[in-house]
Amino acid sequence: MAASQEPSGSAGHPVARLLARWFMDGYAMLVLAYLFLPIFVIVLYSFNKPAGKFNFVWKAFSLDAWRNPFQYEALYEAMKLSLRVAATSTAVATLFGTLIALALCRYRFRGSAAVGLLLVLPLTTPEVVLGSSLLSLFLDLNAPTGFTTIVISHIMFSVSYVALTVRARIRGFDWTLEEAAMDLGAPPFRVFWKVTLPIIAPGIVAAAMLSFALSLDDFIITLFNAGNRVTYPLYVYGARRAAFPPQINVLATAILLVSLLALGLTVLWQQRSLRQRGGALPL
Amino acid sequence: MAGTAGGSERHSRVAPYLLIAPGILWLLVFFVVPLITLAQTSVRVTGEAWWDGYVRALSNYGTQFSRSFGYSLLATLIALGLGYPLAYFIAFRSGKFKNLLLGLVILPFFTTFLVRTFAWKTILNDGGPAAWLLRQLHLLSEGGRLLDTTLAVVGGLTYNFLPFMILPIYVSLEKIDRRLVEAAEDLYSTPLGAFRKVVLPLSLPGVFAGSLLTFIPAAGDFINAQLLGSPNQQMIGTVIQNQFLEVRDYPLASALSFVLMVVITIGVLAYARVLGTEELA
Repeated sequence: MAASQEPSGSAGHPVARLLARWFMDGYAMLVLAYLFLPIFVIVLYSFNKPAGKFNFVWKAFSLDAWRNPFQYEALYEAMKLSLRVAATSTAVATLFGTLIALALCRYRFRGSAAVGLLLVLPLTTPEVVLGSSLLSLFLDLNAPTGFTTIVISHIMFSVSYVALTVRARIRGFDWTLEEAAMDLGAPPFRVFWKVTLPIIAPGIVAAAMLSFALSLDDFIITLFNAGNRVTYPLYVYGARRAAFPPQINVLATAILLVSLLALGLTVLWQQRSLRQRGGALPL
Repeated sequence: MAGTAGGSERHSRVAPYLLIAPGILWLLVFFVVPLITLAQTSVRVTGEAWWDGYVRALSNYGTQFSRSFGYSLLATLIALGLGYPLAYFIAFRSGKFKNLLLGLVILPFFTTFLVRTFAWKTILNDGGPAAWLLRQLHLLSEGGRLLDTTLAVVGGLTYNFLPFMILPIYVSLEKIDRRLVEAAEDLYSTPLGAFRKVVLPLSLPGVFAGSLLTFIPAAGDFINAQLLGSPNQQMIGTVIQNQFLEVRDYPLASALSFVLMVVITIGVLAYARVLGTEELA
């Protein structure tokens, strides 16, 4: 083997390398700026006092929309409906998805590959197909579309996300810990409560947050199955015709802030529980 | 029963099926069965041959189909061009800012998809900042527009699904053993050579997953085309939505939806063949 006289990675002129590096870093920053730009606009325009009914052109700074976020009854109702849908579908989907993830990680069973495939398929099917096919089912059954059908559709796409997220988080879990607890005489329920749950909890919380966010944001599938109910995204969609008040931006900004807060809290909580577990488990 | 000793192993014959039952039943009833009813609806034609919906779907809306696939292919390529360097930067060069940058990448998820697209409408407006800037730079003529153009629609699609491109690529880059890159450089590989021979091949699973997660939703999307484009940029999703919810020509609407799904499924399988990854599932 040739002795490495040159320090590693010394090929190319140093100045050229430095310039290339700066170029790549600058490029990455520009892409980040592209991702960030519309969010900045959303927040900025929540402080706008638009000239007409449409909040698309900057006129003057104002706190009016923030003072009266629920000035528009229909927007308020839409937001309430969205939160109810998100809470209901997240509760069910998190339970169903977590159970699937546990089965996939905990047991070897016939058909587990098919289960894995069935979980991925809804994610590789365009939303417009998911939404329209569900509608075709409801039409076939003569089922009226409304709150229930929205929730049904949201659970459908959330189950996959939850199962895949929880599975990814608990894959490395050492299941012999459960056995150790049982060998020490702990009853199954206590084992689950004291050993299994604390370890899978961060994954479940992350999955539930993802599910909630996806539900709150979903437009296409909901449009097909909402009947005459109006969720927050559907209200925004309709607003392009009649009026687009800055309150829409206020609520979008509020969702952003609450999500960031929730994310920050879970990160803190996970770091804490990680530290505690590090001390508690002799691993 | 063979296997490792342990109390819970005893239940393993029934337990996994009990655990998966509720979720899997839900997916069967509300994902698989609807696809079957969609297929049934598409051939439930009165007075014409059963394939009438498909004939009309393909003969009248070929433009929208090819436009949808063209736009989403373009958006996927641009997203790859934008997303890969950023994912690379976050994985290898961001140091202690890694988590912060990852947070910024997923930040768009925390604002409503529709509101984000409306924000692009604000930015690209005729009297908006982007048009003003480009006019000052003489890159846009006085009467030139940004809104209602193909550029706006493809740009919007790229934007909306860019995080789905970045995150899988980041994950695959993050997994790469740095010592492999060092080994390549010790063996006198140029940085570019090390990238081409070591980093790029190992990141292909991420590129594969990211491209699918961008292309598939983009092909079915109609929000960007409706809000940022004119009728000249209409995509197939708009037609499906319109036929299902306004015109209520269910055989045609279902046929359109079914064709979209079949074409995408074939595309995904072909793509998986070419790249040869089993990252999905």
